[in-house]
Amino acid sequence: MSEQEMNKEAIVQIENVSVSYRLPTERIGSFKEYAIRKLQRRVKIEDFWALVDVSMTVNKGDVFGIIGNNGAGKSTILKVISRVLKPSKGRVVVRGRIAPLLELGAGFHPELSGRENVFLNGALLGYSREDMEKVFDEIVAFSELEQFINSPIRTYSSGMYARLGFAVATAHVPDVLILDEILSVGDEAFQKKSRERLQSFQEKGSTVLMVSHGLDSMITMCNRVAWLDQGKLRLLGEPSEVVAAYREDNA
Amino acid sequence: MEDLSKPVYDSAEHKNSAISELKELFNYRYLLGQLVRRDVTTRYKRSVLGVAWTMLNPLGTMLILTFVFSNFFRSEVQHFPVYILSGLLAWNFFTQATNAAISGLVWGGSLLKRIYIPSTVFGVSAIGTALVNMVMSLVPLVIVMLIDGATFHLSMLFLPVSILLLTGFTLGFGLFISSLAVFFPDVGEMYQVLLTGWMYLTPIIYPESLISAQLLPIYKINPMYWMVKMFRLPIFDGRLPTLPEVLPAIAWSLGMLIVGWLFFTSRSEEYAYRV
Repeated sequence: MSEQEMNKEAIVQIENVSVSYRLPTERIGSFKEYAIRKLQRRVKIEDFWALVDVSMTVNKGDVFGIIGNNGAGKSTILKVISRVLKPSKGRVVVRGRIAPLLELGAGFHPELSGRENVFLNGALLGYSREDMEKVFDEIVAFSELEQFINSPIRTYSSGMYARLGFAVATAHVPDVLILDEILSVGDEAFQKKSRERLQSFQEKGSTVLMVSHGLDSMITMCNRVAWLDQGKLRLLGEPSEVVAAYREDNA
Repeated sequence: MEDLSKPVYDSAEHKNSAISELKELFNYRYLLGQLVRRDVTTRYKRSVLGVAWTMLNPLGTMLILTFVFSNFFRSEVQHFPVYILSGLLAWNFFTQATNAAISGLVWGGSLLKRIYIPSTVFGVSAIGTALVNMVMSLVPLVIVMLIDGATFHLSMLFLPVSILLLTGFTLGFGLFISSLAVFFPDVGEMYQVLLTGWMYLTPIIYPESLISAQLLPIYKINPMYWMVKMFRLPIFDGRLPTLPEVLPAIAWSLGMLIVGWLFFTSRSEEYAYRV
């Protein structure tokens, strides 16, 4: 295979995926209610379809953007890809390691030191001790927390907290990086640094999947954009064309 | 690219969830260790005596119970503190681990909505933490035995087997109850009431001889009756359990472990939706 063809390798395949949530009002909260409904054969739950029959392929090296209004299913599709939600129908195949950057510092414990939290957070993301030891110094340097790394994280400012979270989540170069609107971390200097790191990932061959409301940045950053509308795929293609169609629809 | 294994995820693979969960848990064994570490070290992080409370806690409970109940039972049971403490060892392990399994899954729920983690990791790490606490609470047991002048029997070498049996039962029950608690939030509260009743229905703080002969067969339905026996016989009675005593414990341990694991993993894909 030539290099051109190698680059065309599908890294994420989504085939006819549908996802249904149960509506919160339909949640059966007590045994009594459950028993009564079961007896009446009314345990039938009304489904809300967050995604309906969506198919798309993300190729290796793509910077793939997903746009759409609130509730269009953008976050749901990221969750399906990052293995958090199993699709109700259809199939998802991912060929590589995924790094979700959904919420930074998820799972940090306030009483533990920055150092302990780095290892705990890395473990939650599925890394081993060796994986984390290799990148530990790099994480500390990148987050600029050398002086504070042995202090409990409850003493950190929210900026320090986010910086450490970002540094851990991006410590290893992933095959697929998932971004859910978190590009603004810390002060301006750190934002620049984090953008550069994400760019270096692309140069190293990572595939990026991102959700954003900033349409202009989608045009400049992505090479393909998908537009989701009420759980359905409306359009997929050239960023400028898809964004233009989306803007027209919302005008 | 760094040298990381490249997992391939295919949602359409029809894997046996009970077995594949075991495999995923093995992949996440470092997380298990980290969670146990977190729970052991943070529990008393801001208290002056720190981890020592793990030992002082059962000691205090034992002192109170001995003081309160010595008037009633002392004449019947020699070395009453050892009697109580050997039973509490098993009971505290069970309540701690099952409660931690519930709160762990509820805490982890916010994570399960964002990143993939094998969901049994919370129940299993709860067991790990309880094991650490149990080993530490062996220290006050030994101290009390020395002060009380109780004999250290060779039969105490059976304790690893007792711990293994109790671990199996507790893990199975913890997975079962935490899974229920996800679907019915009231279960967490109900369970506290259940535990109180359960404790009084198990001969932990009163001598077994107080149970009337007619009621004894009913008491023996209680799995914790057998689990407590596995600890009390080698420590307090100074003998190995007989086959009729150990068989119910093995059956409960294995049976609950299998039922709990199957029950939990058959629903593991729903937790991200429901927690």
